[in-house]
Amino acid sequence: MVAVLAVHAIVLVLCAAFGGRLGRRALLLGAVAPAASLVWLALASETIRTDTISWVPAIGLDLVLRLDGFGRLMVVLVGGIGTLIFVYAWQYFGDRDGLGRFTAYLVGFAGAMFGVVVADNLLVLYLFWELTSITSYLLIGFEDEEGLARSAALQALLVTTLGGLAMLAGIVMLAQAAGTYSLAGLVADPPSGPTVDAALALVLLGAFTKSAQFPFHFWLPGAMTAPTPVSAYLHSATMVKAGIYLVARLAPAFAGLHEWWRPVVCGVGVVTMIVGGWRALTQNDLKLILAQGTVSQLGFIMVLVGLGMPEAMFAGMAMIFAHAVFKAALFMVAGIVDHEAKTRDIRRLGGIARSIPTAAGVAVLASASMVGLPPLLGFVTKEAALTSLLAEAGWALTIGVVAGSVLTTAYAIRFLAGGFTRYGSDPRSEIVESVSRPSAWFVAAPALLAALSLLAGIFPAVADRLVATAAAALGSEGHHLVLWHGFNVPLLLSAVAIVAGWLLWRYPPYVVQQATSHLPKAKLVYASAIVALNRIADRVTSIVQNGSLPIYLGIIVATAVIAPGVILLQAFRLPERLIIAESPIQLVAAVLVCVAALGTVWVTRRLGAVLFLGAVGYGVAVLFVIQGAPDLALTQMLIETLTLGLFVLVLHHLPAFFENIGWRLRQVSRVILSILTGITAGAFALWAAASREVAPLSGEYLTRSEPEGGGANVVNVILTDFRAFDTLGEITVLTVVALGAAALILADRNRSEVPHTDEHLVDRPEGKRR
Amino acid sequence: MIDRSLILRMTADVVIRTAAVFAVFLLFRGHNAPGGGFVAGLVVVSGLVIRLVASGRERARQSLPAPPTTIMGVGLAIALLTGIAGWVWGDAFLEAAKLTVHAPVFGEIHLTSALAFDVGVFMVVIGVGSTLVLALAETENGP
Repeated sequence: MVAVLAVHAIVLVLCAAFGGRLGRRALLLGAVAPAASLVWLALASETIRTDTISWVPAIGLDLVLRLDGFGRLMVVLVGGIGTLIFVYAWQYFGDRDGLGRFTAYLVGFAGAMFGVVVADNLLVLYLFWELTSITSYLLIGFEDEEGLARSAALQALLVTTLGGLAMLAGIVMLAQAAGTYSLAGLVADPPSGPTVDAALALVLLGAFTKSAQFPFHFWLPGAMTAPTPVSAYLHSATMVKAGIYLVARLAPAFAGLHEWWRPVVCGVGVVTMIVGGWRALTQNDLKLILAQGTVSQLGFIMVLVGLGMPEAMFAGMAMIFAHAVFKAALFMVAGIVDHEAKTRDIRRLGGIARSIPTAAGVAVLASASMVGLPPLLGFVTKEAALTSLLAEAGWALTIGVVAGSVLTTAYAIRFLAGGFTRYGSDPRSEIVESVSRPSAWFVAAPALLAALSLLAGIFPAVADRLVATAAAALGSEGHHLVLWHGFNVPLLLSAVAIVAGWLLWRYPPYVVQQATSHLPKAKLVYASAIVALNRIADRVTSIVQNGSLPIYLGIIVATAVIAPGVILLQAFRLPERLIIAESPIQLVAAVLVCVAALGTVWVTRRLGAVLFLGAVGYGVAVLFVIQGAPDLALTQMLIETLTLGLFVLVLHHLPAFFENIGWRLRQVSRVILSILTGITAGAFALWAAASREVAPLSGEYLTRSEPEGGGANVVNVILTDFRAFDTLGEITVLTVVALGAAALILADRNRSEVPHTDEHLVDRPEGKRR
Repeated sequence: MIDRSLILRMTADVVIRTAAVFAVFLLFRGHNAPGGGFVAGLVVVSGLVIRLVASGRERARQSLPAPPTTIMGVGLAIALLTGIAGWVWGDAFLEAAKLTVHAPVFGEIHLTSALAFDVGVFMVVIGVGSTLVLALAETENGP
């Protein structure tokens, strides 16, 4: 499994590096990655497989990957549909710039999604989960010169990472309660208690945002600004299933233990199914019809897997597979129509079915599967779903799902009729009646998926093995896909849904549509929340960051005095053995430091104060030398030298003399604060010396330095070997600080110099120079 | 052109070259005696400050072999790669390896992968210091 991830990483780098030269062939190179995961899966044995790479076992941070039946189903979707998507995208894009970048993002997504479905460690799962959010952000915003694409990408990112962060908190709480970060371990021995309730709620928040469940569904239609291959892959077949994946993993263990689980999860699912279906009925953009339809179908699957019951779980697995197959095909067809007709608006699309019969045929097959018409795979899975709901969930949920199915039928007909016939055409606009025929490669991928929908419907055995092992991994044994159950209630309900859906499409109740269009939309809530957040941030910034350096410094110093000072007042005690000085020379150095410090305060020139401050630093370095710490002394000397140099560089921006404000309140408070700082620092040093209770680490480091670190200078061995991880963190921080500080300094310079650019052309008078 | 003191410029040349050699010396002895990548990097940046004061910021910028951000990035990459190497060939991330070489002139030389890490630290410190120094120098008027 690690090898599969490595292949993704390598292909990603190759695409990013050579994408510019390859042009759109980069997409074919990208197809190697998902295809590799598929080949690997075909070769792997069918037993449960675990790969472990230990990293930080102490905090449960190990790279544990585990592949079981459910994982296999998801890998088939990620790898199989992924490969088709790359081939499709190769035809979708003309020769244009940035395809290497696009391919790299898409490969990155495929790798991250693979990681999500095979991760066993919950923290690793979270890591890959957020990686899919980030690659999704990059892919939605691929057309980064369009404001709409950028804001849609940001909206999707904010919503999903908001849920992701909640989920992280939930994961940590769950793992603390269970004593393991292993997903398999957690499910095998589910913890209980009030913390677990809160943790599950947080995890569900993450799952709901990711799978676009109500009321977080609005980001998914927004994400349709992405290129169509992305919509087909991320936003219908795979990424949006991640939330469902997680719920399916947890439901068998937790649904029965917590009374609120089923009402909440299934309730959210049903509401999502109906809201999505209803919205799909009013869309005019083919992709938006499909996007709202996806929201609706995700709600449906959420109901099935959220129940946590064996038969419904089996039906949920079947629906995950069937939905990915037909919805990816439908999106691809929408992309073909968009590509050839240059529009996706059903008001402008006339009877184009005649000019692209294959694509139209694919759309009919895939839509029929979505609606649940026999003998397609969608029919088989919907029968399984309705049967299980009747058996395990009761009438209330079944009625909700049937209502959703009515809407599904209606929007499926709207999609077909709107996209390929004159239905919905607005005579006032320019209507496209015929288009050029797409290439065979372009239609190949969706045609293959549509054929699979048909084949797996007539011969359910094709998909049965995959679905049954997936369900078995979630505790649901012995269920199989069957095309014909006989005349029974589920068949009747299917027929009702189809007939009622057709009626709803034929005679749409405009009154109700008008009424619901005025209901508050979740998207508007999001928009006003963002505006309010910015406004609050502006307010807070203008109060906290008022631009006065003395006030900033004062706040920092006051905090440093008060926070430890309060504890000091209660706990202060002197060391048992107080040594003033070990040698007379120490006293001399200390007196010099004190004199220089006083000098810093008394002089009136800034340059003088800087020099005195330097003297303080050098004096402290001398103390270090006397104490036998040459490394520390060397560093201190060099830092002092550099600080002096930097002061010289900035000093000319400041007045030469300190402002004399006399003994006013401002000055008095500064003096008091300074004295308090000195007292606190001194007292703290004494107290620290007095309160040593554990033997110092230095002895151990000293004995280990030569044999283990291979060096006699223990300071350096600690920095580069024993605690090298800390050093790595520190130099990373240094780098970030340097880049940030340089940007701030230069930004200020650019602002102040813009009005005076002419000055560079003429010689400056000598007096202006330093 | 503004007049920078000729004496300062000439002296600076000598001082800076000495500083550069001294820095390399500090870097390599660091494992066994006072020194190391951090201090060595500071010495180089101090040299840069002298160059800046003596000859102006354009000369100072040119005296670096590469842009400061590049030095910084390469240094960080070296440190990170050392860590990954320890992970791949050793037991843990940043696990150090030791090697003893018998060279004809220098006698026995002890090398550890911690030295490579220290070179990374050295370059990061140079990069960070010179980025800040040069950025501040930009705020000055004149060349």
